[in-house]
Amino acid sequence: MTMQGLLYIALVFALVLGAAFPMGRYMAAIFEGRVHYLGTVENGFYRLAGVDAKRQMGWLEYAITLLLLSVIHFLLLYAILRLQYYLPMNPQHIAGMSPRLAFNTAASFATNTNWQAYVPEASISNGAQVFGLVVHMFVSAAAGIAVAAAVMRAFTGGGLKSIGNFYVDLTRVTLYLLLPVSLVAATLFVVAGMPQSFGAFVTAHTLNAGTQTIAIGPIALQEAIKEFGTNGGGFLNANSAHPFENPNAWTNLLENWLLLVIGFALPIAFGTMIKDPKQGRALMAAMAIILALGCVGTYAAESAGNPLHVAAGLSPHDGNWEGKEVRFGIPASATFNVSATGTSTGAVDSFTDSYTPLGGAIPLFLMQLGEVTPGGVGSGFYTMVVFALLAVFVAGLMVGRTPEYLGKKVQAKEIKLAMLAVLILTLFILAGAGFSLMTKSGLASLENAGPHGLTEMLYAWSSASENNGSAFAGLSADTPLLDFGLGSAMLFGRFAFLIPILAIAGSLAAKPKLPESAGSFPTHGPLFIGLLIGVIIILGGLQYLPADTLGPLADHYLLYAGKTF
Amino acid sequence: MNIFRELRPAISLVALFTLFTGLLLPAAFTGVMQLALPFQANGSLLTRNGQVIGSALIGQNFASPGYFAPRPSALDKPYDAATSGASNLGPASAQLLTNVKANIAGYLKAYGAGPVPADAVTASGSGLDPDISLENALRQAPAVAAARKLALSTVVKLVHQQTQPSFLGIVGTDHVNVLQLNMALDALPPA
Repeated sequence: MTMQGLLYIALVFALVLGAAFPMGRYMAAIFEGRVHYLGTVENGFYRLAGVDAKRQMGWLEYAITLLLLSVIHFLLLYAILRLQYYLPMNPQHIAGMSPRLAFNTAASFATNTNWQAYVPEASISNGAQVFGLVVHMFVSAAAGIAVAAAVMRAFTGGGLKSIGNFYVDLTRVTLYLLLPVSLVAATLFVVAGMPQSFGAFVTAHTLNAGTQTIAIGPIALQEAIKEFGTNGGGFLNANSAHPFENPNAWTNLLENWLLLVIGFALPIAFGTMIKDPKQGRALMAAMAIILALGCVGTYAAESAGNPLHVAAGLSPHDGNWEGKEVRFGIPASATFNVSATGTSTGAVDSFTDSYTPLGGAIPLFLMQLGEVTPGGVGSGFYTMVVFALLAVFVAGLMVGRTPEYLGKKVQAKEIKLAMLAVLILTLFILAGAGFSLMTKSGLASLENAGPHGLTEMLYAWSSASENNGSAFAGLSADTPLLDFGLGSAMLFGRFAFLIPILAIAGSLAAKPKLPESAGSFPTHGPLFIGLLIGVIIILGGLQYLPADTLGPLADHYLLYAGKTF
Repeated sequence: MNIFRELRPAISLVALFTLFTGLLLPAAFTGVMQLALPFQANGSLLTRNGQVIGSALIGQNFASPGYFAPRPSALDKPYDAATSGASNLGPASAQLLTNVKANIAGYLKAYGAGPVPADAVTASGSGLDPDISLENALRQAPAVAAARKLALSTVVKLVHQQTQPSFLGIVGTDHVNVLQLNMALDALPPA
């Protein structure tokens, strides 16, 4: 570790947190309907779609409209992937996807996961990328943010019947937030060298070694929304490690900023909406502290290098370079992969499968915590609210009072729904990984033997269930077991989590908002932040410790004992 | 609420978003970028004598002793840019250790005894890494100079000219683009 490396991490945090404040206030203005500069387009959308923008939805209506739109969009993507051979913009004449791979991919992009069981260069046409995947990158991100806005509204007053209008939230978030920022970022990306072309692959006559075919496509625009919407689905197989997806250290920094900033801006938007900025800052602080520890931890592990390779003659000062790109360096690679798993992005600028065991354990654990550091766009915020409710509940148990959060009484119903949401994911991750490893097919998918193989499978199920999309990429994921298993985990991880959250929002919205009294437990100071971090790690992470001990921890100790597999 | 009455807005919004963000936006953005920044938008292609010889951003394989060598590539066909990817071998992988040891032996044989920079013997993330570390380039310079019968100082000077420095040691690394360095070597007047 060097001081410069730590300064890089500090720089990322300064840029992200600095921008999160104005962006959060702007987002609150979007949610509250105070932004209008694209009013013509917005109203055109409503008119053409027959949306009544004044309609107010209860939580169940909000959930049903979201589900319905997601199902329709999922089916459309499935059809596009199956039929891509016959669709335009397919210069490489790529065949349609198999039914099971198309199911897995459609589930992946409809849920903002962007798990990729396919090799993009060989399996998906330019047309299917922009017409299918890019649209989902906008819409699934906007849907997540819409739900966050709905949850925020539940705390804005007492006796509320409505938590907003899903169609309106979806449209406004896309038009006023995702679109403008993506366009600016994509332009900067092209300036830095990212391609944006619909032409066929290029053939080059190289200096020394015959010919080279170079894959190319409309990459820059997809890259921008891929990061900004915490999607993570790469246009190319190597994702953000590919020079066309990430040409230099500055684009790497910008991508890292894009994938973190909405997550950190949402609690600020929340503070603005409930007219109590301190509350938003407290949630942001808890997110930032865990993420910062994760970045430093993975950076430390990666710069310590691989003891086997040091024994073989490498300098102990160089660090672990397998799977990393020279232009980024180790601190930026570690920060990127930790940021992408602390959010639900799952993009990689270096390959986590080849990280040191502890360096790879941190991204795994951040996903298992439920991705609240700061989490996916929208999903990170509403998961954080679940943990905040659990934190005040635990605090309430200690002092024997009915817990309250922001003037809303937290009762049995909310806590049951919150625990249901948390436990559904645990079930999928642990049972899914465990079951897969008991089958011949699951074992045949592993690239690495020993505890690292267990980690590969555990990582895949954690990634799919938590809608991350990051992978220990050695795993062969396009098998019947994993296509269907992980595809289902993604759908349940998104929707079986989201519905209890909206139910909690509906239930809290209806309750009266009690004024703060001397007996209220303050939820903005260091005591609450510490309690919240404790609850996230204990309630969010404890159930995974046995599995993580058998995976990355065993891997670590065996590596230092000199054992190879 | 009647779920059938929700079908119209839901289907229409999906259709509108598909047309807007999937067709109109990429078409307009691509058009503008093709006009404004055609070099970058088409892959930063480098030409020599009217022929495309590669992309400034994508690494190539160099095998002759008169050229600087890139990093190992884990792709089935090294530096095949029709695909991309890493080895994905875990830290305790016996295969990885074998690869690294073989690469170290090859490096020492080619460039003589001395330190071995880690980037020179480990596979990159993309399999297409265009760069090597400055340390790696300087370590290769004597062998390249000897093969081309150039003064070492000429080659070292060229390496430094081609170095893309980090920003204060914080953002990025000091590295050299192998293709551009080798093109510059070819462009030197014969000794």
